[in-house]
Amino acid sequence: MWLFNSSVGRKFVMSITGACLAFFLLFHASMNLVAIISEEGYNMICEFLGANWYALVGTLGLAFLAVVHIIYAFALSIINYRARGRERYAVSDRSNGVEWASMNMLVLGFIILGGLCLHLVNFWAKMQLVEILGSEPANGVELIKYTFSKWYFAIIYLLWFVALWYHLTHGIWSAMQTLGWSNNIWLPRIKCISNIIATIIVLMFVAVLVWYFVAGNCCCASACAA
Amino acid sequence: MDKTINVTLKIWRQAGPKVKGHFETYKLDNISTDSSFLEMLDILNEQLISEKKEPVVFDHDCREGICGMCSLYINGHPHGPDSAVTTCQLHMRRFHDGDTITVEPWRSNAFPVIRDLMVDRRAYDKIMQAGGFVSVNTGGVPDANAIPIPKKDADEAMDNASCIGCGACAAACKNGSAMLFVAAKVSQLALLPQGKVEAARRVKAMLGKMDELGFGNCTNTGACAAECPKCVPLSAIARLNREFICAKFKD
Amino acid sequence: MATKKDIQAAAEPKVTAAKEATPKAKAAATVEEKIDAKIPEGPLAEKWSNYKAHQKLVNPANKRKLDIIVVGTGLAGASAAASLAEMGFNVLNFCIQDSPRRAHSIAAQGGINAAKNYQNDGDSVYRLFYDTIKGGDYRAREANVYRLAEVSNNIIDQCVAQGVPFAREYGGLLDNRSFGGAQVSRTFYAKGQTGQQLLLGAYSALSRQIGKGKVKMYSRYEMLDVVIIEGRARGIIARNLVTGRIERFFAHAVVIGTGGYGNTFFLSTNAMASNGSAAMQIYKKGAYFANPCYAQIHPTCIPVHGAFQSKLTLMSESLRNDGRIWVPKKLEDAKALQAGKLKGRDIPEEDRDYYLERRYPAFGNLVPRDVASRAAKERCDAGFGVNATGLAVFLDFSDAIKRLGKDVVAQKYGNLFQMYEKIVDENPYEDPMMIFPAIHYTMGGIWVDYELMTSIKGLFCIGEANFSDHGANRLGASALMQGLADGYFVLPYTIQNYLADQITVPRMSTDLPEFEEAEKAIKEKIAKLMAIQGSKSVDSIHRELGLVMWDFVGMGRTKAGLETAIKKIDEIRKEFWSNVYIPGKSDDLNVELEKALRLADFIEIGQLMARDALMREESCGGHFREEYQTPEGEALRQDDKFSFASCWKYMGEGKEPVMLKEPLDYEFTERKTRNYKN
Repeated sequence: MWLFNSSVGRKFVMSITGACLAFFLLFHASMNLVAIISEEGYNMICEFLGANWYALVGTLGLAFLAVVHIIYAFALSIINYRARGRERYAVSDRSNGVEWASMNMLVLGFIILGGLCLHLVNFWAKMQLVEILGSEPANGVELIKYTFSKWYFAIIYLLWFVALWYHLTHGIWSAMQTLGWSNNIWLPRIKCISNIIATIIVLMFVAVLVWYFVAGNCCCASACAA
Repeated sequence: MDKTINVTLKIWRQAGPKVKGHFETYKLDNISTDSSFLEMLDILNEQLISEKKEPVVFDHDCREGICGMCSLYINGHPHGPDSAVTTCQLHMRRFHDGDTITVEPWRSNAFPVIRDLMVDRRAYDKIMQAGGFVSVNTGGVPDANAIPIPKKDADEAMDNASCIGCGACAAACKNGSAMLFVAAKVSQLALLPQGKVEAARRVKAMLGKMDELGFGNCTNTGACAAECPKCVPLSAIARLNREFICAKFKD
Repeated sequence: MATKKDIQAAAEPKVTAAKEATPKAKAAATVEEKIDAKIPEGPLAEKWSNYKAHQKLVNPANKRKLDIIVVGTGLAGASAAASLAEMGFNVLNFCIQDSPRRAHSIAAQGGINAAKNYQNDGDSVYRLFYDTIKGGDYRAREANVYRLAEVSNNIIDQCVAQGVPFAREYGGLLDNRSFGGAQVSRTFYAKGQTGQQLLLGAYSALSRQIGKGKVKMYSRYEMLDVVIIEGRARGIIARNLVTGRIERFFAHAVVIGTGGYGNTFFLSTNAMASNGSAAMQIYKKGAYFANPCYAQIHPTCIPVHGAFQSKLTLMSESLRNDGRIWVPKKLEDAKALQAGKLKGRDIPEEDRDYYLERRYPAFGNLVPRDVASRAAKERCDAGFGVNATGLAVFLDFSDAIKRLGKDVVAQKYGNLFQMYEKIVDENPYEDPMMIFPAIHYTMGGIWVDYELMTSIKGLFCIGEANFSDHGANRLGASALMQGLADGYFVLPYTIQNYLADQITVPRMSTDLPEFEEAEKAIKEKIAKLMAIQGSKSVDSIHRELGLVMWDFVGMGRTKAGLETAIKKIDEIRKEFWSNVYIPGKSDDLNVELEKALRLADFIEIGQLMARDALMREESCGGHFREEYQTPEGEALRQDDKFSFASCWKYMGEGKEPVMLKEPLDYEFTERKTRNYKN
């Protein structure tokens, strides 16, 4: 099967799964933004996406995509490491026009995976998971308020978002290139589009983080002062 | 005009494919900045021969940047720090007095070292033999002007066809992938009506051979195109992907 | 019209007794041997058709039983190997580089001629034929040149079908440019990389046959000798350059396509590994070496800039389409330029001497190469050189930039300008380029008959390695044409005429005594070289040879100079065989040994060139004897005495070779003095 045993096939799978995950991030980020605009609205969405069948199917789908993306990432990295040969270069220097992110996608992926685990523990385990298990889920907005007001969580999440931004800036145009949607004229354009989408996604996430960090800590400060 | 510099060379010496290699350091004085990098190595070899030592083995032939034979990895770059040139066109004016220059062979699983800086690049020939051609025999072809080809397509095909098969793309790639080399040929022929006929067959055969020979997977870092002495564009790889994916979906 | 009988008679000529005799008797052979070029009868335009119509063929089942060795993978070698394999023969193909794609044909820049007349400017097969004959200063064989012009059109068709991306116009049709020595635009090109694209076309056809198993490719192998059994070429001895092993290969016929011997001059536009060894080996086995003194000096090369220089870089002749060549009118300006006090752009228009336009108003900057080179030498000798060494002239694009705009110039010549800037570190858009003539191509080579067969049966020679089509001077964009013509469209026919008689010859064992002997001789030669252990490197001796060649056998030759050269080369030979130092072992990868083996042959070729130049008491094309020139300094031919191809026959080591003559009868063209003035 060409999706397993040809290099372009493997990259095709990476692109498709990566692109789907990026779409999910776009959706997730827009959803988060609601938390700033209206806390009730956000909780409504949380409720809506509880343990309903479509949410479950969606979650399973996402999990599948993520797992495939990760397994392929490892497989590709191993093959690529071997292809480089046993002796490595003594001196290496990054070529002009080569993005730092593109050389470090696996490392960035690791950071993102770590962040994802934390995120699942922080939120998903307390919301969708408990609901699946039959208990009452936590209040979404309260959970956000609690988590993002802690400075260490804020820093970890911020680092996670930075890694995500780098991963996306390369990932999005790279996916388009792998799918063949590129040519001499469009290559700079898709790189630009890629940066814009990555920035929008990450800014939306960061906005929520900053909003609740500031809100939480200012409240704290005023409370202490009182 | 006639400026000279002194340089220290760290050169990879390896007696054979299975022997462990190591770096050796040589000092060279009064190298004219007008000399080419390979002429500098000639001077080193003359010096070594006069000391009754074995000269450094490296591939080179036309010395005008077109045969694709020269293949040195200099200070972290295939074909050295200058852009859009092969090693033979790199000149010593790109270096400064007192510089240490590290010279390594191409390093890729598919390019085993033969001796010192000389590597075996027959893998590229094998990829070509798998499908890098239009299946026409000599004679019995239509008139050259029978099929008009838009200038834009012909020019783009020419840009892709300018590949010299030196292997810098695979040498530069952190994944040891030969995608740019394969893409250049696939693109050139896919752009021309003469090559279009068997485009699907070609792309599958060439990519299959590339994978079989142990080259890596492309992750679009773009190092290949950045280091390509002939500036084959990265978009060639997009076309290769497109051709391949379409061919597979058609199956 | 040639009858079938005529053709057959021509194909199987009567051999003289000397040829059939044993090697010992052969050494004693005298000049009685007759040269038979086997030119078919009939009118010029019908010779090739007649030949093809009546030649013998080999049927497909028999082709499978026949092996052919092709040495070299340039335009001629690769196209021949591919075409022969397509027809069904088993081909063994050898090249010294790591891949067949690296052959030096790849470096040809400008273009390839063909008589397509796509531009409707009055071109025709006859005109291409005529220009080539005239360009060659009436020293080529009419029938061969006509055939070349005839098949030139097929080459373009073939290359386009292979996917060669020739330059096109907006309408989608092929573009042409003009080249030296022609008044029509008949040159097809692919940017400044035509040779590369044509070679990659031939290489792709070859790759296809290798993939199919019809060609067995031996890369990093160097042919060291040809094996002759009962008077016929039956194989070669080659050295595996990676392991150093000497190996034997059998075939029913052997084809040599190993290029020219320009590297005899050490500094040339040839690749570092280009050599004349295969030619020298077969010469020593009895193939005639024809017209060795015809070497082409290309007018537009980047001047020599230092003692460390390893090769010279050519700037395409196409630059002369728009560039204007000049030197200062005043000697003091030239002195200032040489001292680096002035730049070319500082010299006002009225003080510039556009000497080609002045001397040759009709062709101007587009005179043939030999004429342009000599004119540059004449100016530099008179002290008007424009760089530090005084050995350079300007090639100026300021007019073209004014007329066409920088963008158009960049589009046409951008890659060449970039190359120049990388090498010289000067911007040719602002300062005029500096150029000087350099050895580029050798018109001389192994003598072949109309069928491209050498004087040894079953041994063929194609491309630059043979002598056939360019006479005393080659026109620009004709080398690619000849290489591909030989490989695609001539040899695949003519070799069948020979092989048709060989179908009953079984594959022979390489253990036969002839193979044994040839291998032994090579091993002895290598052992002798390795044992010298002197004090000079191969390159240092080669440089000495190059200097002698350039000074005495270069652009301007004299009787005294050539006699000096012969003596000096004798000394160099002695020095080489007594004082060369080769490090390493012989049964291992050993680059110095490879170079030494080649240099041993260059020394012999150098002397042969000098000898031939001394014999040829006239000036024609690339051969200019200073004693024979017109009052205006133009070449002066001596048609009554030297209208022949000189064919040198090896008589054994230490003995002077004997010269045989192939008379060149001009039946169809009138011999004129070349005139590019009006």
